[in-house]
Amino acid sequence: MSDLSDLYQEVILDHNRRPRNFRALPGASHTAEGYNPLCGDRLTLYLKVANDTIEDVSFEGAGCAISKASASMMTDELKGRTIAEADALFARFHRMVTTPPDQQVEDMGKLSSLAGVREFPVRVKCASLAWHTLKAAFKNTARTSTE
Amino acid sequence: MSATAPVLDLKRVRADFPILQREVRGRPLVYLDNAATSQKPAAVLDAIDRYYRTTNANVHRGVHELSERATEAYEGARERIRRFFNAASTREIVFTRNATEGINLLAFAFARPRLKPGDEVLISAMEHHSNIVPWQLACEATGAVLKVAPIDDRGELMLDAFEALLSPKTRLVAITWMSNALGTITPVRDIVRLAHARGIPVMLDASQAAYHMRIDVQALDCDFLVATGHKLYAPTGIGIFYGKEAHLEAMPPFMGGGDMIASVSFSCSTWNVLPYKFEAGTPHIEGAIGLHAALDYIDGIGFDAIGTHERDLLQYATRQVESLDGVRIVGTAREKASIVSFVMDGVHPHDIGTIVDREGVAIRTGHHCAQPVMERFGIPATARASIAMYNSREDIDALGLALRKAREVFA
Repeated sequence: MSDLSDLYQEVILDHNRRPRNFRALPGASHTAEGYNPLCGDRLTLYLKVANDTIEDVSFEGAGCAISKASASMMTDELKGRTIAEADALFARFHRMVTTPPDQQVEDMGKLSSLAGVREFPVRVKCASLAWHTLKAAFKNTARTSTE
Repeated sequence: MSATAPVLDLKRVRADFPILQREVRGRPLVYLDNAATSQKPAAVLDAIDRYYRTTNANVHRGVHELSERATEAYEGARERIRRFFNAASTREIVFTRNATEGINLLAFAFARPRLKPGDEVLISAMEHHSNIVPWQLACEATGAVLKVAPIDDRGELMLDAFEALLSPKTRLVAITWMSNALGTITPVRDIVRLAHARGIPVMLDASQAAYHMRIDVQALDCDFLVATGHKLYAPTGIGIFYGKEAHLEAMPPFMGGGDMIASVSFSCSTWNVLPYKFEAGTPHIEGAIGLHAALDYIDGIGFDAIGTHERDLLQYATRQVESLDGVRIVGTAREKASIVSFVMDGVHPHDIGTIVDREGVAIRTGHHCAQPVMERFGIPATARASIAMYNSREDIDALGLALRKAREVFA
């Protein structure tokens, strides 16, 4: 049985206390709302994409430490990446948090701190919320750019 | 209280609930999620086991010995429920799956045929989703309008505003007796009096209230009442719908099928008598039998003793939770029971839930199927500890310690 400190690692607590890129993004080309009806966690993700590159990304909302830290770290990781790179990152992250806890997962740097959710099945959704919102944002047409 | 006030023998009660002997995460189980569902005493488990070992058959059908015994047991449960709620007749007691099904029965068989465009259904701002959505669907289908009586900052129903919302167009009042998210007990006598003064029928959702206090539907004079077995220490899948006989007689069936008919032909079918008109298909026989045993168990302890014990624990838990830094209780009604809903600065309820679970303490976190209540208080969710008769001061102490741990993790 894993310890609580595996879930609430210092890096996660830090991102929960001081979430990075926690703001609205005027002029965003892509936005999406993420919602976890089970717990009421809600976040809005903003992306500014130009020439297929994520120039800026931010989020707002209310959620638990895991979902907030995950969104915070994700936005840090996405800046400067192409959409294809972001898609690949999504796939790696998704694999990491859905691999059974007794199996090895690849090192994803800071994001690896979220691998601890595998011991807490109901919390996997919390860690994934921002990432699924990212997927949804890419599917949305560029709303704000046309307004 | 006088010296003769009934006292709950906690040691004995705890011994009656086998699950309380188990450990969770290496610690004795501390179960404080009773508003979601309660644990079951051995008497209930034994009654169900005995039924399947000795009696199992379908009801209302066969002429053989087992079917007669099963029918007797099933109808015996109905009579036990009638007595528990002091209904005038077993014709007024309909078995459902749960309270939600009871509310849907009312919405489909009572409200929808009566509602016309512009008519109103009045609920409160502290309803469970199960007492909101069926009315939204009914209003959508008929053009009626859903009205919502407000609650104040304590989580109490604002009775003046409620009264002001009773209009000549109000066709039904459907209100909870006790809020699952806040613990508030609503002024049901006033609600019934005010509505009846205008000829408006009242349904009460007693899902939470029924396992904390004595309910007498005749004394209260409510028109309808719903409750669910699994919060009354009985199995899941068995619910109770009470309706005054005159109302039930005037209502069409809810679901069609076997058992609810008197005769069937392709040109025309006729309905069975009450309450069978509302019970289509093979019912949850073991559930009814388990519920019978659960009500015997509750009455064996007695609501006086249960109430005294639970009130003591609620006060004790309220003090414990209040004493923590940065913790605020949501729902501070003067009349409340058995529920402490709270938020902690800087710690999301979900994180609280996970941390206290590691200490063997089960609480609920989230919106409690009452999102409008969360919205009213401007929060996404709460952590909720809810008390039943078998909880102890030690359980509350364990919760207090676990919450301090959550505070430490997020310090």
